[in-house]
This record gives sequence, structure tokens and C-alpha cells, in this order.
Amino acid sequence: MTDTLFTNARLIDPATGLDTMGSLLVRAGRIADLGPTLGRPDGAETIDAGGAVLCPGLVDMRAELGEPGGEFRETIASAALAAAAGGITTVAALPNSEPAIDDPALVRLLRARGEETGSLAVLPYAAVTRGCRGEEMAELGLLREAGAVAFTDGARAIASARMMRLVLSYAAQFGARVVQHPEEPSLAGSGVATQGELATRLGLPAIPAAAEAIMVWRDIRLARMTGGAVHFAHVSTAEALALIRAAKADGLAVTCDTAPPYFDLNETAIGDFRTYAKLSPPLRAEADRMAVAAALADGTIDAIASDHQPRDADDKRLPFALAASGGTGLATLLAVTLAQVHGGTLPLLRAVELLTVAPARLLGSPAGTLAPGAVADLCLFDLERGWQVLAGALPGKAQNTPFDGRALEGRVIGTWRAGRRVFG
Amino acid sequence: MARMASPAQLGYPAAPNRVGKRRVITAPRHLLQIEGMHPPQIDTMLDLAESYVLLNRSGTTQRDLLRGRTLINLFFEDSTRTRTSFELAGKRLGADVINMSVSTSSVNKGETLLDTAATLNAMNCDLLVVRHGQSGAPNLLAQKVDAAVINAGDGTHEHPTQALLDALTIRRRKGRLEGLVVAICGDVLHSRVARSNIHLLGTMGCRVRVVAPPTLIPNQAERLGVDVFHNMKDGLQDADVVMMLRLQRERMSGAGSLVPSPREYFRFWGLDAEKLAFAKDDAIVMHPGPMNRGVEIDSAIADDPVRSVIREQVEMGVAVRMAVLDLLARSNRRND
Repeated sequence: MTDTLFTNARLIDPATGLDTMGSLLVRAGRIADLGPTLGRPDGAETIDAGGAVLCPGLVDMRAELGEPGGEFRETIASAALAAAAGGITTVAALPNSEPAIDDPALVRLLRARGEETGSLAVLPYAAVTRGCRGEEMAELGLLREAGAVAFTDGARAIASARMMRLVLSYAAQFGARVVQHPEEPSLAGSGVATQGELATRLGLPAIPAAAEAIMVWRDIRLARMTGGAVHFAHVSTAEALALIRAAKADGLAVTCDTAPPYFDLNETAIGDFRTYAKLSPPLRAEADRMAVAAALADGTIDAIASDHQPRDADDKRLPFALAASGGTGLATLLAVTLAQVHGGTLPLLRAVELLTVAPARLLGSPAGTLAPGAVADLCLFDLERGWQVLAGALPGKAQNTPFDGRALEGRVIGTWRAGRRVFG
Repeated sequence: MARMASPAQLGYPAAPNRVGKRRVITAPRHLLQIEGMHPPQIDTMLDLAESYVLLNRSGTTQRDLLRGRTLINLFFEDSTRTRTSFELAGKRLGADVINMSVSTSSVNKGETLLDTAATLNAMNCDLLVVRHGQSGAPNLLAQKVDAAVINAGDGTHEHPTQALLDALTIRRRKGRLEGLVVAICGDVLHSRVARSNIHLLGTMGCRVRVVAPPTLIPNQAERLGVDVFHNMKDGLQDADVVMMLRLQRERMSGAGSLVPSPREYFRFWGLDAEKLAFAKDDAIVMHPGPMNRGVEIDSAIADDPVRSVIREQVEMGVAVRMAVLDLLARSNRRND
């Protein structure tokens, strides 16, 4: 592999706090050097970034990749195309597939399937409970040995307090987080929208925002009891964020992420019964959206994940309450996050941190840095270039984006995985 | 073979409840638990048991010691080795031994525990060996019967004779108890064997560790005076004694399970040669039985004639129970 020299790039590496114009040299798939000016080695390919941002390849800590069992919606190969177009080089795959990732062999399979793409490192989550059914603890130790990065039942909450207590204490022994879908299921019931005036007008069964806070409070209490590490996925309410903020101040091993819909959209996106905006948790009130945006900046939220959930037309072309929840997110992850930067609520360095080194650390991955010696997973993006999200024209297979029609500013120009160009 | 000396001839005091010159040892009327026992009481029992080991090996018996006494084995839970061991101990000392198990007793007909106690009292039972699924059941019986009550395992509370036989096994192999590092591994949460051993070995100056996944360690275990470890490497480091506990099948699978599967348990907490290598080279391996081979212990370790003392534990069990019956009968002589 020839050397690659990036010149005239705005180098951003939140792992070291770097934000400077300069050059970066890739040799043998790894970052060899970076600095204000670098000499061009003989035979090196030169890429003039033209002032665009060069940052670590994005690390997405939460996505469904369709395999195994959902290949008609998305495959790891098609998801890898969408990820590359979104600047993502590492993705943590949710285990609530069919079958669920509750056997060590399946963990190894997912890792291998990622390697086959050549463009996307797949870090498998493993199920907390067998079949993600919430009844019997999965083989967390053997799954961890096989390469699982953390444990979760995916889109399903670990409902039983006893089970949560057990797995928090047991998983801590193996140095992995338990990731919770924070929603009290008995309170959420069959709800499909956030409880409030809009759900009432639309006549939709509703989920109170408190269903999230109640589960978050319970699990923080259990983390305190067991000494375990709990991570809340796609946190979406002000009340839950206040609880997490307080738990962190108490020094507990509590972390959380959110996904772009929860800081970019509010419940009005489901107006006219748009099923592409039917998500789980449901889109919230504007006050909650603002609280999520503020929590990105103040450090309460540790990472931004795509929460990519591929659905096909048959899943979504149904009356709202019967349609599947979930939206795609790989291709739009960076640009929707940059909307917060352009809006002035989030510094660029912090935004990149939330998308790279922060999730990498939560997953125990060495990815997400430009440090010399690191694998050259890179994302080159133009901070200003505008584009419009169009369902049907997105890279990859699944097209169910909640951002359909959204005009965005900031676009990925190129993506490199281990020094090899995989997009642009 | 020449007849062995009787315990009295070996210098054992005839009336251990007598107030001695230097310290007061109250001989207990019952053996309900190890917790609260003092080192001299334990030493007394172990010394006496030691003499019964020699007696048993000589092939002779002491049939006059408990002649005319009635020992009832009252077992509300299944047991083979403990019940048999008490039965053998009682018979070797000449007692009339009666076994009552729950399937044949009137408990199944709705009789309460205390009704049972009253019935046994009326039969003038001298020694009552009780196993019960509820912690504290023998304590309740002891308040209501005239017989000396011996706890043969109550719920997840204590199993005192198991701890005594374990201590005797260790003492014979290692020559002492004080200063030894003992790692108790496995389902400590549900183990009465672990609790009795923690109390006894701690009292006798051992450094006791418990090693298990966090889900099998009881709350506040450190308060019992043990060091808690969650992995075998650290827990077995430099141990003199590795004591494995039985893990019930229902703890390993199904809705109430506390560990995910037998194979995962064996991988991380089962005793095999690799993990035993962390202990001292001359560490001995113990198990109260019955064993789950391939779950908590590898057969190669369980059957290792040098490291494993599991069969010796069974032998010590009879001797210890003879000593306990002997002592309690002495301090509880209703017919004298």
C-alpha cells in the first residue's frame, strides 16, 4: 500500500484536543505522522483537503445491521455502504437479531462479517439475556471472551429489577457495561407517541416521558447497589438527563448516549401520521429536545449514536400504531450533529468527540484518534457543504429516515478504513 | 489387632462441662451452630474426633458408650451421606438409631414442627439429629425438646458437623489450622457449609477467602471476616486449602438462575488444573459432596490421590459425629 499524505486539512482529534491546520501521513494502514507541514515521501499519494476537516473515522455505538435474520431490510454489506457515506468506520451492532447474539459463535460471526466488508469494523454487543427475552442470563463471560464489547437486550428494556441487579453485578466482573433501553415497559404499554396534547389530538396511545425517568432512576439505584456500570441508550427526556447528571456527580459508573432525532426533531415530526418518524423511544416535546441538546454540550451525554434501525416498506406502510418503530441513521449521523454546531449550541471539537473517541472509550475500542500509530480510520468532511436528505436516495438498503426532506449543512467527502479509501 | 484406647484413656476429660481452673468452657447442650463457639470447644471436639479416627481404623467399636440411648435422625431434606454418617456414628457407639425422613413422617399429614417435637419428646429421644430446609428450624426444635439437638444442616444457615469434619481433615493433613489460607469457592450465597466453615476456620485462625461470581456472594460477606474474590486467579493465590462448594443445577439454568450456564461456570469458576496451579504446590482440595463433575470441579482434580482429600472428608465425618454424639450425651445425661 502506498503512503497517503493529506495536506491543507483542518485536523481535529478530540482525544488530544487537537484542532489545527496541517498535514497527516498514512503509512501501511496506520497514521505515521501529523503536523503543520510534512514532507511528501517518494511515491506518496497526496490529497489536498482544501481546508476541509480531517478527523478520526466516526464510531457509532448503536446500530441494527440486519444480520442475522433481517437481511431483507439491511445486510452488513449494505450498512457498510451507508456507514462509509456517513464517515463511520466502526459500528457497535445490536444483538436483538434473529437469532439474538447470545452465543459466543455469533459474536465471532459478526466480527468476521465486518472484516469481510473491508470498510467497517463491527463491534458486537451481546445479549444480556437469552434471546433478549429478559428471562435467563446469557453467558456473559463466554460472550465477552468471544469479543462482545458490552451487553444489552437492544430495543427491549431489561424489565425485571432482579435481572438488572444480577447482570450489573455479574457483568462488572468481566469489565463490560450493561446498556439499557430506558423505558419502564409496563408504563409504556402499547404506546406509540409521547404523552401530551399531540398524541391526544392524533388519538394515538401514548407513553409518558416519566417511563424513561422511572427506569433510569431504578437502574442508577441498582448500579449504586451492585457497583456495576450501566449505560442508558438514546436518552430523550430532561428528567432522565437530570437523574444521570446527578448520578455522575455522585461518582457512579453511569453513562449515556442519545441519537440525532432526539436533539434535532420533536414530536411534531409525527404529524400527519408519518411512520418514518415513529421511533422508540418516541420523539418528545420541544422542552425535552432542548434539554438533550444542552446535555450534549455540558457532558451529561457521553456519546451520540446513529440508532440506525433499518425497516422496509412493509414495516412502515401501516396505520401509525401498527407500523414498526425505528429510523435509519448511519448516513445522517454526522450532518445532523453538525446542525447543532452551526446552531451555536455545540462546539465542533466536542461534536467530533461525541462521535469518535467518546463512544470508542465506552466500548473499550482503541479507535477514534489521530494519534501516530493508530489505525488510519479517517473521515474527511466539508463543514459547510449543503445537501438534502431524501428517503429513497440514501446509500445502503434501508431508506426509513426520520429526516426525510431535511436540509443539512456539512457533508462527508471521503472515508478511509485502515488507510484504504472506502468512500468518496 | 489390639483394642485401641478409649477416649477417656487418651486423656480426654470425662466431664467437659466442669468449670476448669483457668477458663470456663460451657459444654453446649446442643450443637446448633459454629458461630459463637470458642477455640477450646472446637479443639476439644477435634481432639476427641481424632481419637475416634484411630478407633474406627482399628476396626473396633465403643458399643457401651451410648447403650440404651436413642438417636433419631429427623431429616426433612434428602440426604445420603450425612444421614448415613450419623447413623453409623450412633451405631458404633451403641445407640439405638431410628431414621425418620419427611416422606414417611407425619409432617406430610400437616403436623407442625412443634407437634413433631412434642411427639419425639414423648418417645424419650436422647439425641435428635435434624436436617431442615428452613434456617433456624433446629433452634426452634431445641427450645421444645428434651433431647440434645444436633443440626445436620438448616436452610442456608449452618452445617456444623461438616465444618468440624473439614477442620479435622485439614488439621490432619496440614498439622495445624492457624495461619492457613483457605479459599472457599462457589455458591457461598446458598451454602450452609460455607457459613459454618467461615465461622470455624476464622475462629481457629485461618485466613478465609470466598471466591465466586458476585451473584453467588451474600451481602456483607466481608463482615463475616473473609476476603471476597470474584476470580479464581486472585482468590486461589497461595492458598493452602481449596474448598469447593456444590452448585445446585437450578442455579445454573432457567428463570431463577444466578449464573448463565454450567459451561460458563466451569470456564471461570470450576476447579481444574490450570486454576489449581494458582494455589500453593501442596494445596489440598476439598468438597463436601455430592460433586457436579465438570461443573464446579474437574474429575482429574477430584480424583487426584495427592491433592484431593474428598474421600478422607467422608471418613472424618463419621469420627466427628461420634465425637459430637459422645460429648452431647455426656453433658446431657438424663438417666444419670
